[in-house]
This record gives sequence, C-alpha cells and structure tokens, in this order.
Amino acid sequence: MSEALALVPKAEAQQSMKDFKSDQEVRWCPGCGDYAILAAVQSFMPELGLARENVVFVSGIGCSSRFPYYMNTYGMHSIHGRAPAIATGLAASRRDLSVWVVTGDGDALSIGGNHLIHALRRNVNLKILLFNNRIYGLTKGQYSPTSEIGKITKSTPMGSLDAPFNPVSLALGAEASFVARTIDSDRKHLQGVLRAAAAHPGTALVEIYQNCNIFNDGAFDTLKEKGTAQEALIHLEHGQPIRFGAPAEDGLGSKGVVRDQATGDLRVVDLTADGVDVTQVLVHDAHAASPTTAFALSRLADADTLHHTPIGVLRDVDRPVYDTDMAEQLEQAVVQNGKGDLAKLLAGGDTWTVAG
Amino acid sequence: MTSQVSSPTAPGNQPASAGVLGEQRQPAKETKRLDRVIIRFAGDSGDGMQLTGDRFTSETASFGNDLSTLPNFPAEIRAPAGTLPGVSSFQLHFADHDILTPGDAPNVLVAMNPAALKANLADLPRGAEIIVNTDEFTRRALQKVGYAANPLEDGSLEGYSVHPVPLTTLTLEALKDSGLARKDAERAKNMFALGLLSWMYHRPTEATETFLRKKFAKKPDIAEANVVAYRAGWNFGETTEDFAVSYEVQPAASAFPAGTYRNISGNLALAYGLIAASSQSELPLFLGSYPITPASDILHELSRHKNFGVRTFQAEDEIAAIGAALGAAFGGSLAVTTTSGPGVALKSETIGLAVSLELPLLVVDIQRGGPSTGLPTKTEQADLLQAMYGRNGEAPVPVVAPATPADCFAAAMEAARIAVTYRTPVFLLSDGYLANGSEPWRIPELEELPDLRVQFATAPNHTAADGTESFWPYLRDPETLARPWAVPGTPGLEHRIGGIEKQDGTGNISYDPANHDFMVRTRQAKIDGIAVPDVVVDNPDGQADTLVIGWGSTYGPITAAVRRIRREGGHIAQTHLRHLNPFPPNLGEVLAGYRRVIVPEMNLGQLAHLLRAKYLVDARSYTQVTGLPFKAEQLAQAIVKESVDV
Repeated sequence: MSEALALVPKAEAQQSMKDFKSDQEVRWCPGCGDYAILAAVQSFMPELGLARENVVFVSGIGCSSRFPYYMNTYGMHSIHGRAPAIATGLAASRRDLSVWVVTGDGDALSIGGNHLIHALRRNVNLKILLFNNRIYGLTKGQYSPTSEIGKITKSTPMGSLDAPFNPVSLALGAEASFVARTIDSDRKHLQGVLRAAAAHPGTALVEIYQNCNIFNDGAFDTLKEKGTAQEALIHLEHGQPIRFGAPAEDGLGSKGVVRDQATGDLRVVDLTADGVDVTQVLVHDAHAASPTTAFALSRLADADTLHHTPIGVLRDVDRPVYDTDMAEQLEQAVVQNGKGDLAKLLAGGDTWTVAG
Repeated sequence: MTSQVSSPTAPGNQPASAGVLGEQRQPAKETKRLDRVIIRFAGDSGDGMQLTGDRFTSETASFGNDLSTLPNFPAEIRAPAGTLPGVSSFQLHFADHDILTPGDAPNVLVAMNPAALKANLADLPRGAEIIVNTDEFTRRALQKVGYAANPLEDGSLEGYSVHPVPLTTLTLEALKDSGLARKDAERAKNMFALGLLSWMYHRPTEATETFLRKKFAKKPDIAEANVVAYRAGWNFGETTEDFAVSYEVQPAASAFPAGTYRNISGNLALAYGLIAASSQSELPLFLGSYPITPASDILHELSRHKNFGVRTFQAEDEIAAIGAALGAAFGGSLAVTTTSGPGVALKSETIGLAVSLELPLLVVDIQRGGPSTGLPTKTEQADLLQAMYGRNGEAPVPVVAPATPADCFAAAMEAARIAVTYRTPVFLLSDGYLANGSEPWRIPELEELPDLRVQFATAPNHTAADGTESFWPYLRDPETLARPWAVPGTPGLEHRIGGIEKQDGTGNISYDPANHDFMVRTRQAKIDGIAVPDVVVDNPDGQADTLVIGWGSTYGPITAAVRRIRREGGHIAQTHLRHLNPFPPNLGEVLAGYRRVIVPEMNLGQLAHLLRAKYLVDARSYTQVTGLPFKAEQLAQAIVKESVDV
C-alpha cells in the first residue's frame, strides 16, 4: 500500500462495483461520456480495498459535478469552482480519508482556476479528476476555457476569441507533482491512470477527455477512432521510448518523439525516414525531477486537431505533502511546548490579582 | 477632566521600582493624586507609538488600574515621514475606578513631531499637558505640515501646559557611550518618552525592562540602549525642573470582582475564545483565513498554538479560506474563518452553501470602515445588514456581537455554541475598535466555561417499511431542528449533501415545489428557534421613559454616556444586544415599554432598521461613521436631545 493511502482504514470484506453505486438514478444525458467514467471509477474503487466510509468525493458545479451523488461514499456537491478548496480543508484535517475531487473544464479552469493551481502548488493529498469536454454543458453550450479558438457556440456566434488552456501544461506550471491524461472511452487506460493517481502521495491531477454528445459531440473522435487514433495518440509509458503510429519493423510505432538538438524542444519524427536514429527517441521518464520535458510533451498536441496528443502519466514525482507536513508541525509543537494547556494559556502574560 | 482628589502624598508611596533606576533620588517632588487620566502618544508611523502605548498599558494594567485603549494608525505601513497622513497614535484611559471607554479628550498629549501635534491638537481641552519633542520642530518639518510659524514660539499653544523636551538630543546623549550608530540610537527616543511618562504617573518599570530585553534578545546592544533610554527618560522627569509634579492614580481594586486579571485586546480574547471553544467542544480547531486588516492578528495568534491541535490554513483567497473551513467542518472540526467586510462579500456564496449543508461554521468579521476597501484600520459597525441578508435566497444566519475587547472571549464561545448545537454558520461581528483596543480581563476558571460537547451521528436513523435501516442526513432533531452531523469515517452513514435543494429527511436532490417551500421555512424556523437569553434592562430608578439600545462595541461609550446623564439627574434606561439574530425573546416587550427608543450606531442606522421592521417601534437613530468610536460626552448630549419630544 502506498504512502498516499497508508492512513486510510481498509475494508473488512472484499468489495465489488455494486458497493460503490448509490441508490440515486443517474441523470446525465443518454450517451454522455460521464457514464463511462462513473462505471470505470465504480469498478476501480474495490481494487483499492478502502473502507467505503473513509472515501469522500467532493465536486463543484457542472454536469460532471453531479458525480458524488452516484457514489455510495461520503460526498459533497459544493459550489462552482470551489471543490479543491473545500477538499483541501477536509484532507488537511482528516488524513484518514481518501479524498477525490470531480470537476470539469469550466469548474476547474475558469471560475475555480485559482483554487486548482493552489491545490497543486500545495500538494495536498487529493485526487482531482478533471472531466474536459471543451464546452459548457449544464448551461447549455457556451465555449469553455479549453474550447478551440474560433469555436462557434451560443455565446460566440462569430467564433470564440479566447485562446484555450492546456490543462496539463497549466498543472505542470502550477508545480503539480502528478499529472496524467486519459480518455473516457478507454476504461483500461483510465483505470491504469487512476491506479497511479491513487498511489501518489499529494495532489494528482487527472485530465479525462470526455465527450459531450449534446453540445460538443465528437470532440475527441480523432483520438478514439481507429483510423486516426494511431497517428494522433501518443501513449506514454514510464521507461519506454515514446513511439506511436503504424508499427515499424521492430513492432513499435513508426513515429517517435526526439529532442531537437538545436532548440532543445521536442518534435515528432518519422523513424522510417532515411538518416533517423531510433536510439535518439526520447525515453519517457515520469519521475524526472524537472518538469521541463513533461511540459514539452504536453505542448506536442495541436490544439485544433489534437494530433500528437500524449496520454498516460506525464509526471509523477515525490515532494512534501501538505497535510503530512501540517500534522507533523502539530506534533512538533507538542514536543516543543507540551500539549496545549488551556488554563495556562488564558493565564499567560502579565497578570495581577484582586482579592475578594 | 482629571479630577484632583488629594495632594501631595508622601514620597514613601512611590513604587519601589523608582529605586532600581540607579541614581540617587532628588528631594521629593510634589505628587498629586488623580482619579483618572487620558494620555495620547502620537508620532510618525515609524516612531513606535503603538509599542510605547502597549508598554504603558501593560505597566498600568499590572499596577491594577482599570483601563481602556484606542490605538489609531494609518493603513500605510510607513507613510512619508513627518506628514499628517503618517501620524500614528495610541490613547490610553486609566483610572482608580471602573471605566468604559478610551476617553473623549486626552489630558496629556505626547507629540513626537509637528505632524503629531497638528493632527491631535484639536482633540485637546484647554489646560491639557503637551509634551513635545522639540528636536523635531525644525523649519522643514514645520513647513511639511503647513505651520507658517513654530507653534511652540508663536503663542498659539497658550492655554495648554507645554513641556518642550529635546527628546532626540537627550536620547542620543544618554546613548553616547553605547557605540550605536546615530540612527539606531535615535530610534530609542520612544522609550525615553515612555520612561518620562512612567515617572510622571508612577508606573512600575520592571516589566518593561524585562520586555525590552526579551524583545531584542537577539540584539543585546539594542536591548540595552532601549533600557538605558527608558531609564534616562524616568530620571529626566525626576530631575528636571520643568516637571514639578508627578501623579498617582490608585489601583481600581474596588472596581473589580475578586480574581486574577490580565490586560487583553479584542483579537487576542477572540483567538483564546476559539481555542477554549475547541477544548470545550472536544473538536479540533480549523481556521481557514486570508490576511486582512484588522482580522489578521487572529490568524497570527492561532498559528502559534498548534500544540492545541489547532490547524491554521492561510488560503489563496477569502473564498478558499472559508471553503477549506467548510470542508473541515464536514470532517468534524470546529471550523472558523476570520475576515473583515470585503472578505465577507467574497465568502457570501460559501456561507449560503453552509446554510444549505447545515454544517457548523464560524464566520468572524472584524468590521472596518466601508464600503469597498474603505478605512482598513478604522472601526465601523456597517456589516450588520450584510451579515443578516448578504446572500442569495432565503439564507438566515445567526449573528452574535461582543461588547468589549475582553468580551470577545465569551462571544466567541457563544457563537461556537450556536454553530455546533444548531449545525449552522454563525456570524461573529467584532470591529476594529474592539480588535485593537484592550482592557483588563478576569481570567475565567475552566469550570466556568460552558460545556460545548456535541454528539456525532453514529447509527442509521431511519427504518423503511420493509425493515431496512438507513441514514437520513436531513432527519432533524425535533427540539433544535438541527440535522445529524455524520462525519466521514462513520460506517453505514455514507451520504451525499450539496447546495441543490434537497428532499426533507433523505437529503436527496428534490425540485418539488412543496418540498422547497417546506425546506426554506424549516431552515428559517431553525434559526428563529435558537435559544438565546432575554435582554436585561438597566433602569435603576425605574423612572426612565427613554431606552437606549446598542450592539457590539458601542457598549462602552453608550454606558459611559448613560452614566453621565444619570449623574446630571436624568432618567434613562439602557440595554445592549449580544444576539442580533435571532433577537432575544423579550426584546419586543422591552421596546414596547418605553416612549422613546434611541439606537446609537457606527453606521447609518442598521440595527434601528431591523428593530423598526420587526417590532414596528419608532426607534430613533443616532449615528456616526468617522472610523472612530463615539465619545461619551457627545453621545450623552445626543441622547438627551433625542429623548426630548419634538
């Protein structure tokens, strides 16, 4: 069991997916990508074997934020953008809990952007699942902070003027110790990322590409359809060369990510071309101390076409965990000053006595 | 208006500390006995006037006088030196009897420069003593504040008793062997002034010397310089002919019930109240806060007491501060957020969520002048309606207000009681005057503190028709209407709560019209039904037909004003509100019993508005929004005027 979950009590009996389903009817639109994510999470949780009462899901506002109602754990559906702040207080004061935040691109990156970056900076023991559908769903179809420039929506009939955020780049810039990306429809990959996130001590940000079939249908089809995914999607595996595309003679992808010697930046090369040295392909190191390469990887994708989108764990490094350090300060204070004595505290300072 | 009781007293009555100052005493000077004194220390914001005032206050408190203080400083940390906006002052009123305010007008002004003189002179009555640092009265310094001629020489201070003292020169002279650079030596001039005043009023000196040595423990030469300057100031008073008289103000023994006392400021008392509430409720304290004047001291203080299990979280903004507190409340902490008016505005949405979630949460608002950024370092009571109504939807929140600096302790515990008993956010409305002002506080015995323990839910509370047991998070206690507090980690009680309207009982999402109507009314009924004590009316002769009613920090000035009116033979009744929501159950009856109701407030009539709306009483407002507390004399005149039929 990883350090991240060491203080969380374990379930006494074997759990199943059913144990994590609440009695509430799920009310997302039929065909919504959220269903797949919910099922993936519910079927993943038994693997952790945590006492269900010690698991808490906290969310903000938006379609994805209804998630806690459907989990048979403790849960709070809070207000727009504030889930990371609320979860921070909970996680910092209760280290025996496994605290998960469910949020969306509008919730986390627009109204709640400040709380997200500060949670990442502090490295509180939280697992943040950011459902990114690149649109506002619950308010019926306005562009979001991850929508592409020029997007036609109800609020942008002539096209959106806003440059989008890249959530992974943003998280890395905010000193995140764990950043991953996955896709709603790929349960195996999604659960693999959840597994790594759950084991990570500190804040884990998992961006999940999620299809909104009503207002932004097919936003990630390039990454999902057989015909295009092979060329568009880059699977990152720690310790493996970063290769993708149609298999080359060695069975690995015929395209690779290499470092440009002139600029230091990363670029994609065709490994079958003449004069290309396969050994120059970058080997993915999720545990690299510097976030520089992870950031460069996050910038490979084309914001419009999503070509060269890396998925998997981009960064997973150990650094001090806020709630652990906070608890240690409390213990240290007791060692230094003794356990708090209220009578002594109140009577501290200069005093004088009035006789009766 | 210092009244003279007797003079002179025998030199043998001098505090023993006079002897520790290392010089042969001069033949005894005349000592006069006073019943009370108001001193104001004024200087540049960098002159250390707040420290000087604090030390004089500590000396005075340990001597056993009753006292009340009014620090007054600009928002700028170091405004341009020698300018009027840069003036910082500290007023202290001390007496041999029970007093209620920092005093209307100083008897003594210590002015460290021309700006300090100019900014404060208008507050001095004729005959007041003025001690000026003549070294700072240079042409340039005078010009800076618009003095065409030197007021020390042009006769404009006639009618005052002026003591010109070259404080800087004397300090430098006293420190000439210290080896300190001139700039460092000069900085000790506030301690020279403190020494002089300590001599004038026979203050005990030992504690200040101990304090200085501790404060500058890492710079022993600076510590020594301050002690030397302090002693030099004392000895200067003792030897110079300009100070012919010193004053005694006897301890106020009869004003205080038996007990052990300390001097305490409002913010410190409030922080202690929160720690005590945590201890008495057996819930760990969690503070989510974002720095803001004048509330930050509570964050600082609580951060020093981690050995009480106190978790303090300095958030990225006001919203995160209350959010984290609310998260901690969900987890079973005694959760608090501290702020001032602008912060409350930002927290409003989360307070609404706490109303909907029905979780205990203390929202501490140290009010300051508004609107917007307003007057960050000055006091006001203008957030009452914000606390009452500043949220979307019907979102009632109980409101509690302390009356004096020391009362912040008890008020914090009372706010915690309401929060944990009724599972609701509670506003605690202090203000800048209470926060920074100080007074003697009788230290309570732990047995006197209320028992605030609560029961978390531990078992299912609902049985379905088929016999299956479940937990309903919104099944209420029939007595208090509070819902169960089931904290994560409790097996079998897994439940989801949120800001969306929920079905009565189950807490499941519900858009049902009748259910919403029921839930809105039930949340209101819960707050309306909070048990709060009746107000007590002070109407000693029973002949008053005018009632003065206030809330919060106006308690001192109102009570002092009422005493003045009574001393003049007037009949006046007084009551003061600790609970602003809900109001005490007998309040309507009390108000109906008087022909006139006068409501003095440091806003434009917010309590008066509430009283008129709820009780249909013709409450008359008397208001002041100067950023300063009421003066008792002015208030007394206003009350007399208002109590007369038009």
